[in-house]
Amino acid sequence: MSEKDLKDKDLSDSVDEEKRDFLFITTAGLAVAGGAVTALSLIDTMNPAKDVLALSTTEVDLAPIEEGQSLTVMWRGKPIFIRHRTSEEIRTANNTSINELKHMASDESRVKNPKWLVVVGVCTHLGCVPLGQKVGDNKGEFGGWFCPCHGSHYDTSGRIRKGPAPLNLEVPPYDFVSDEIIKIG
Amino acid sequence: MKEKETENKKGISNWIDERLPVFTFINHNLRDYPTPKNLNYFWNFGSLAGVTLVIMIVTGILLAMQYTANTEMAFDSVERIMRDVNNGWLLRYIHMNGASMFFIIVYIHMFRGLYYGSYKYPREILWMLGVVILLLMMATAFMGYVLPWGQMSFWGATVITNLFSAFPVIGDYIVTFLWGGFSVDNPTLTRFFVLHYLLPFAIVGVVALHLVALHQFGSNNPTGIDVKSEGDTIPFHPYYTVKDYLGLGVYLIVFAFLVFFAPNFLGHPDNYIPANPLQTPAHIVPEWYFLPFYAILRAVPDKLLGVLLMFAAVMVLFFLPWLDKHKIRSANFRPFYKQFYWLFFINCIVLGWVGAMPAEGVYVLISRVATLYYFGFFLIIMPFLSKFEKTTDLPSSISAAVISEKFDNNEPSSAESYVK
Ligand code: HEM
Ligand code: FES
Repeated sequence: MSEKDLKDKDLSDSVDEEKRDFLFITTAGLAVAGGAVTALSLIDTMNPAKDVLALSTTEVDLAPIEEGQSLTVMWRGKPIFIRHRTSEEIRTANNTSINELKHMASDESRVKNPKWLVVVGVCTHLGCVPLGQKVGDNKGEFGGWFCPCHGSHYDTSGRIRKGPAPLNLEVPPYDFVSDEIIKIG
Repeated sequence: MKEKETENKKGISNWIDERLPVFTFINHNLRDYPTPKNLNYFWNFGSLAGVTLVIMIVTGILLAMQYTANTEMAFDSVERIMRDVNNGWLLRYIHMNGASMFFIIVYIHMFRGLYYGSYKYPREILWMLGVVILLLMMATAFMGYVLPWGQMSFWGATVITNLFSAFPVIGDYIVTFLWGGFSVDNPTLTRFFVLHYLLPFAIVGVVALHLVALHQFGSNNPTGIDVKSEGDTIPFHPYYTVKDYLGLGVYLIVFAFLVFFAPNFLGHPDNYIPANPLQTPAHIVPEWYFLPFYAILRAVPDKLLGVLLMFAAVMVLFFLPWLDKHKIRSANFRPFYKQFYWLFFINCIVLGWVGAMPAEGVYVLISRVATLYYFGFFLIIMPFLSKFEKTTDLPSSISAAVISEKFDNNEPSSAESYVK
């Protein structure tokens, strides 16, 4: 290359603007795409791992729970309330008019077998565990559960009746494996 | 008057810049920043080291979210990362091989400085901050290697901490103090984890100082001649941003190859055996980046002397600016230094190689000769050459050197007129 060639090359009118734009856009595009893929796969490490997901079903034997009694089990690190409801409790749950409810849902839609109510024992307000599982507990004005944190009352179907919580206690996915055994998750 | 000017500059970035001159700062240091126009690819390694530091910190923080620093659980928690955590294998392999890549990059970065005399006036502190970074990196890497609590972790930790027992009288107290007990055990693991998390941020701090010191006088360059006129420089952006970016691309390809195709190539299989305090592996070696220093340790038949010499091998780097007082920076113009330099380079590789060999027979001899040359290079050859070495003709300026290279004629005068 001679000195003159270099000089000519350097003249700005010989710059191919289109080629420059093309190179710039493709390079930057590739960098953004590569960076995004890398970032996403690294962030994904913070999602539940395989061993955590493997813990996400729990089997419960219902046989020892007498009518009127409750049992609390752990599922995914949260309490699950299981209540063997009395016929009185089932009746009040059924007799409540849906229109009175803040979060409308019939009792049938919340149970698989009316004798057994299975709900996630986490208040839908800000996540406290409501009282009502133990014999001496305050069950609230509707005979279900009472959340002491900010005063939410749940009825015998686990529906929100009074207080700041917006939703009914969640019904977890579960199935009757046999008459007396349920599998949650 | 002043107010008017402010009024004229509109926009959010100006509003912020007025109050907190971040954009001015970026512009000053990464955009207009005048940089010698003749830097070769060896000047890419500083930015590569910076990128690697960020990669190590990001992957390290994510790993720490899954790791358990307890002797009963550490090994299993690492296996869980490999098997159960989403992309956990990728995370761990990047961090593991990232440590090796970091040392490769930084060693090349240092050999570059050694060749082009970048440690000389006025960059002495820049260089010394670099040595501080190296020490911090070594400590961090050593403690990180202990965390998976495999056989090599445990016995590496035992051997390295026991180095301090070489000191008379206080030695044993130091070791017990380091361990927080009477052997490498849970207290040791916990503190190593905490320090391994902490030190990289100390490195970030020292790197910031390193860059402040760098930008005080700007980069050295392959000729070692000071920048004399504006014609000797080009703005950092786009010229060196693009060059650093290209280098980064090539670097990441090599890095990715290691991670995806040979993730355990640089590791030791024994570290996949859980730590057993009752049995030492037959052949224990440190990670490859410590091997040259390990070779120096083993070259000496005396315990205390071996340990001191090993520490001295790093410490001597602090004194480089005063050991080599030759006026000329770049080895390109120092015919003798250049040859001793390459011999030194090969010598370091030899040290690394004998460090991995068993400490017996001919290997001991080789390691002794190589250790002698290592120190001889710094303590005898350098001061000697400073006094007596005659240099070849220096180009009159960076531009002159660039042009005469380009056109293969030695008429610096006409060349310079072109540049101006
Ligand atoms: C985390 C590790 C390090 C980082 C991030 C880092 C970063 C940088 C950067 C970005 C530059 C400017 C670009 C270049 O010249 O390559 C630089 C220059 C330099 N670094 Fe480092 N460095 C590190 C470690 C070291 C070490 C261990 C040493 C030596 C013991 C060192 C000595 C130098 C010197 C002498 C220069 C000036 C080179 C010249 O202008 O010719 N650095 N460093
Ligand atoms: S958390 Fe239950 S009422 Fe607020």
